[in-house]
Amino acid sequence: MIAFVIYKFIVCVIVFGLSLAVAAYSTWWERKLSALLQDRVGPNRAGPFGLLQPLADGGKMFFKEEIIPNVSNRFLFVLGPSLFMLTALMTGSVIPWGKSFTTDSGSTYSFQITDINIGVLYLFGVVSIGVYGIMIGGWASNNKYALLGAIRASSQMISYEVAMGISVIALIITSGGTLSLSEIVEQQDAGVANIVWQPLGFLIFFICALAETNRAPFDLPECESELVGGYHTEYSSMKLGLFLFAEYINMFISSAIMAAFYFGGYNFPWAHEFYQWIGLHDGSVWISIIGFGAFFTKICIFISVFMWVRWTLPRFRYDQLMHLGWKILLPLSLLNLAITVVVEYFRGNIHF
Amino acid sequence: MLGYTITQWLFGILSFLAIMFALMVVFSRNPVNSVLYLVMTFFCIAGHYLLLNAQFLAVVHIVVYAGAIMVLFLFVIMLMDLNQDSEPQRTMVTKIIAGVAGGLMLFVLVGSLKGTEQLNLSSYGSSQIGTVKNLGKVLFSEFLFPFEIASVLLLAAMVGAIMIGKKDIK
Amino acid sequence: MQLTNRSKVVSNKVQSGMESMYLPAILKGMMITASHIFKRRPTIRYPEQTRKLSAVYRGLHVLKRDEKGAERCTACGLCALACPAEAITMENAERQKGEESLYREEKYAKVYEINMLRCIFCGLCEEACPKEAIFLTDRIVDTEYEREDFIYGKDKLVEKIDKRIDVSKRQTLEVAEFKKIPGIKHNAVWEGNRIDRKIN
Repeated sequence: MIAFVIYKFIVCVIVFGLSLAVAAYSTWWERKLSALLQDRVGPNRAGPFGLLQPLADGGKMFFKEEIIPNVSNRFLFVLGPSLFMLTALMTGSVIPWGKSFTTDSGSTYSFQITDINIGVLYLFGVVSIGVYGIMIGGWASNNKYALLGAIRASSQMISYEVAMGISVIALIITSGGTLSLSEIVEQQDAGVANIVWQPLGFLIFFICALAETNRAPFDLPECESELVGGYHTEYSSMKLGLFLFAEYINMFISSAIMAAFYFGGYNFPWAHEFYQWIGLHDGSVWISIIGFGAFFTKICIFISVFMWVRWTLPRFRYDQLMHLGWKILLPLSLLNLAITVVVEYFRGNIHF
Repeated sequence: MLGYTITQWLFGILSFLAIMFALMVVFSRNPVNSVLYLVMTFFCIAGHYLLLNAQFLAVVHIVVYAGAIMVLFLFVIMLMDLNQDSEPQRTMVTKIIAGVAGGLMLFVLVGSLKGTEQLNLSSYGSSQIGTVKNLGKVLFSEFLFPFEIASVLLLAAMVGAIMIGKKDIK
Repeated sequence: MQLTNRSKVVSNKVQSGMESMYLPAILKGMMITASHIFKRRPTIRYPEQTRKLSAVYRGLHVLKRDEKGAERCTACGLCALACPAEAITMENAERQKGEESLYREEKYAKVYEINMLRCIFCGLCEEACPKEAIFLTDRIVDTEYEREDFIYGKDKLVEKIDKRIDVSKRQTLEVAEFKKIPGIKHNAVWEGNRIDRKIN
């Protein structure tokens, strides 16, 4: 029992540290990739290839002057970024990072903080709470641009959650009606990755994930050409850092969710043959670690795609955003759901 | 611990918090704070659902009420600029009407609570009652008709909202 | 009237079904940006790499000394007069006994300052100088934190005796030939007789 608690504690710390480290290096990679796409060099002064740039940025953030506007609501002003960061970090707890392994004494450990049987719903619950961080922060700033940014953010997130939810329902039907993330991933181990059955669903999910994380081309809440800085106009120092950082953590987590839902998570093609070839038996800890490596590679690819999209596409207009969300993605996701039900009925996965 | 189980302790703490936050909703002067306290109340109630083994209800409660409806509330209140000096004066008549309405509400609540004593809850008392699978089965077999009626009601409300929202109806 | 055959007629054609899906266009755009990953970077990483400057590049000024190490400048003020940005100021002084090795002529510049924030590096001072004392070089003006630091005095402008700055490349063969004409040899020591300047 004690060993189990210690193990879970270690997994918690690793997932926490991993989220922060990936978010930190996402900022570096964002700048580097944007430079690559624009024929520039990008950060190259701090350390080799600018690898220490996140440390320099973080240090700069910490040493900047901290300003809390006099007219703002102090408590809520501080609560906003904290809440945003909290919800961003909470989502990592249900993601299965690798296959579970068995020790010699016969006890099984999973590479997951908690495997609740309503994992998908938990994710949606936490994501829907994430709006409060932005809204409270934007309102407490007592600044019209911040308020407009906050309102844009929340209406955008609520709108795209609908289409996202329906595309996930189709996915759940495909994976045999389970709401647990580890079961969704395990089910793809036996068969093929869900992207084969859910190409349209994946596309909808991907677009919605872009909108949910407030990334370009849907970065209306912080669009500098109209709203100065959007919801974080009045923020400075590390509170601004928390907002920016949480955005990258959100990106990391949504990439992880996409990889787990549609691309088999820690599985990869011919995984079993590969493990047999290098002589690993089921339940070995090395299988978990290799699986985690595969999962992490997929996540990195998705993060890069997020950035690639950002540095290619121009920003939407707000009415176009709402038009896309409600009039195109929502009907498409409903259509996808209907098609999925028909297809799964003929595949024999649905019984009446 | 003092002769109570952990569940009882949790129930006590959650109930205390829920009632405290509910009172804060009513007594706080700033409407935005009121909404935030209401969100906290919802979280406490979701905790109660979890204690009752109804995980699905708990999460849906958070997603729908805290995550969507309260955000829209907050939205409207943030845009309305409700200052204390712009608050209209309540006349005696409104106060009396509000008192009577509140009393009636209490009456109805007490009446319905009395009614629950006759319900036989033990038949659903297993720990699996709140899972998605069991809830879905119950909803789509035993309670199909009320469930569908509720969905029709929501559809009607949606159509009505669009009709009101439209500027010019041709 | 049609001037060229390059003009295009504006068309407001309706989007076809494929176009209104946007996805092919988005993918095309993303491929274009991705193709730039493999392009050559035109960036010059400055302190390590430097751009090849031409020999007649107009950068930081130098006040030359003559072969014996005496300053050539006589503080005549023609450079300050020629300067369109009014960046040059100077104060003259008379040479004392025993200073012959320091200053070439009887009058010299006690203070000579160029404000590098005003200077536009046009090179008119170089052209105006009758004593071949001031030249622009292919060096770059350093960055500073204070505005005052950009006012370069003699300590920064006069070349060091042990670290001469080569400006011979600024003088083409024609210039060198031109200078051999006795009447033009203004760089020579004043010999008491005024020589008529003839420009052929």
